[in-house]
This record gives sequence, structure tokens and C-alpha cells, in this order.
Amino acid sequence: MAGGKEIRTKIRSIQNTQKITRAMEMVAASKMRKAQDRMHAARPYAQKMRSVVAHVAAASLEYKHPFLIERDVARVGYIVISSDRGLCGGLNNNLFRMLISDMAQWHDNNMEMDFCTIGNKALMFFKRFGANIVSQATHLGDAPAIEALIGTVKVTLDAYTDGKIDRLFVAYNNFVNSMTQTPVIEQLLPRKPSEEEEVKHRWDYIYEPDSKVVLDQLLTRYIEALVYQGVVENGASEQAARMVAMKAASDNAGDLIHELQLVYNKARQAAITQELSEIVGGAAAV
Amino acid sequence: MAMTIHVDIVSAETEIFSGTANMVFAPAQMGEVGIAPRHAPMITRLKAGQVRLHNDGQEEQVFYVSGGVLEVQPHVVTVLSDTALRADDIDEAAALEAKKRAEDAIADRQSDFEYAKAKAELAEAVAQLQALKKIRKIR
Repeated sequence: MAGGKEIRTKIRSIQNTQKITRAMEMVAASKMRKAQDRMHAARPYAQKMRSVVAHVAAASLEYKHPFLIERDVARVGYIVISSDRGLCGGLNNNLFRMLISDMAQWHDNNMEMDFCTIGNKALMFFKRFGANIVSQATHLGDAPAIEALIGTVKVTLDAYTDGKIDRLFVAYNNFVNSMTQTPVIEQLLPRKPSEEEEVKHRWDYIYEPDSKVVLDQLLTRYIEALVYQGVVENGASEQAARMVAMKAASDNAGDLIHELQLVYNKARQAAITQELSEIVGGAAAV
Repeated sequence: MAMTIHVDIVSAETEIFSGTANMVFAPAQMGEVGIAPRHAPMITRLKAGQVRLHNDGQEEQVFYVSGGVLEVQPHVVTVLSDTALRADDIDEAAALEAKKRAEDAIADRQSDFEYAKAKAELAEAVAQLQALKKIRKIR
């Protein structure tokens, strides 16, 4: 049995760790609330974008934009959104695991993949993986600005327009609620019409100055909006996952301290008993 | 009661306005457009300027946009405004920056975290400087 002093130092060190994890839990909780607000604030734009693009796709266009046309797949691109920092449970790893299994279908057909990483963890992971990273953005902070994403997204969009990639996916953690975050992989390009869209109409918009220019800008903004939404969703997921992970860590530290306290008490009791019996033994000898 | 049209003004980061108006004025790329209820469906690019909403018997409401897209349906007007200053060359610079970052990240395998962070910050500062120069030239 370990000596009393060692156990006491151990308990103190665990208590210090617990203080840190508890503080991180509280920080994550307050950051999560802000991240959630940001997520809700970004929703109207993304929704409006979706509905406008749905109208455009359904309208009888004189000009077919490449973003809306399905073509044969020779190479695919992924935009991977992860967190910058760790200590958030299995959040990033779950996403990467899902990605790997999704990537297998392309790999099996000898198709190559380009990656665009957002967040430090994704960059590190795919770097180690030896993947072809074409662009990256890290350290977006707690309040990611859309400006930080423009360049990164443009690289992949240009690659798509130039025919270097024929399909573009975005992968991020979807914020369901503070206990559940699910990794999702969505196809960005070519645009897949969602099920609820049944706008069948024959009219077309009036385009100013002309349909090509307007659609170019509109569809670029559309992709940017979707990626931005992914980033804010992932941000909220990160904070939620961190909160849960830190809560678990604090609880575990509590259990550990409780057990060590028992051991310590036993050791102390044993020491006292031993001392007493020594005294009694000594007195009897005299 | 005069006819009204529903107006939504949103930016990528937040919702700016949602309500009704009798008449909407917006700075379209080819000149300012005025949109009354039952306007034909239209999509146009916006340049930097003011979006003005007229309501009978009320003061005019003014919103500034730095660009974006205007979508008009007979009873709904949607302004998808940009928050950032956008121009093709600035976008291009940002794209090059993102590419370069990726190349750098792959190149220095042994560099530690702090170094990578400092480098990213430096790259960001350079990009901002470039953007500023461009803005000055435009003016």
C-alpha cells in the first residue's frame, strides 16, 4: 500500500486537473450558446439561397450552368470541416472515419481525390494521410467570418469549372442538439435537387445584365453559404462535444478522487493502528 | 390599403430585415431599380449602395449593402447581401492565398504548432494589405 503522502499528492494533482476540466466545461457551455446563436443567424440566408437556387434550377433556362449539370466522374473533391483544437471527444475522428469509408468507393474505382481542409485537425489528419490538399484554412476562431472561406472555396470551385474535379462534397458535423452531433457528407456540386422541391413552372426570370453573369455569382454565393453553414454548425458541434467530454472528464476525476480518498483513509488508519500496537507492545515490555 | 410586397434582406451571417413595403429601390448593377408589388420575376446583381423601402405614411427605411443578389418574385423580394467587400481580383487573391497555405502546410512537416500559427497570421496580414491596396486603387 502506497504511503499517505504520495496518495495525498496524487489526490491534489487530480483535483487540479478536475478544476481545469470543469473550467473548460463551463467555457465550452457558454461558447456553445453563442455558436448556436450564430448558427441560427446564418440560417435565413442559407434558406433563401436554397429557395432561390431551387427556383433557378427549375426555371427553363436559356443558359445551363455547369454547376447544375451532372457529368461523368473522374476525380472528386472534398471540403472537410473540422475543429482547430482537440479535447472534444470523438467529434473529429467520427467525421474522419465516415469520410474514409466514403472515400473507399472512389478509391476502389481508381479515382483520385482532392481535399480542401478547414480547421487544423483536418489539415493534420490529411497531411499525415498523404492526401492531396489543394487549399486550407485554419484558425477561423469562435466567430468565423465568411471572408476567411472565400479563397478556400474558390479554389475548389475553379477546379470544378476547369474540369479538374467532377464532384464536390462537403463534410462536417451537424449539430442536432447539445448531446448529439452527427457527421454528414453532402454533395455540393453538381447540385442535387432535394426531395421537397416540386416547383414545376415554365416561366423564367428576367436576368440583369445577363443570365450567365448573374448565375455565376448566385451559384458561387450559394456554395459559399452552404460551406459557411457547415462551418458554423461544426463550430457549435465542437463546443457541445467539448462540453460533454469535459463533463465526463470532471466526473471521472471525481470518481478517482473518491477512490483514492478511501485508500488514503485506510492507509492512515493502518498507520495509526500500527503505531498504537507498537506503543502498547512497548509498554507491555517495560 | 395600398398593395404591399414582402421584403427579406439577409446576409450570410445574419438576417437584416424582414417585413413589407409598398415599393423597394435597390442599386442593381445596371442602375437603380424600383420594384412595386406584382413585379415580374427577376434576378439581378447588386452593387454597393442603398436599399430603400417605402411605406405609405412612414419614413423611408434605408439599408446599406456592399453588393449581392436581388431576387424578385411577384410578392416577395429577397436581397441576398454580401457582408464582405467583393471583387473578382480580391477573390482571386484569397484563392491564391488558400492554395499557398496548403502548399506551405505540406512543405514544412517538422515545423511546430506555434510556427505554423505565426505563419498563418502573417499570410493573413499580407492578404489584408493586398486587399487594402486594391481598394485604394479603386477609389
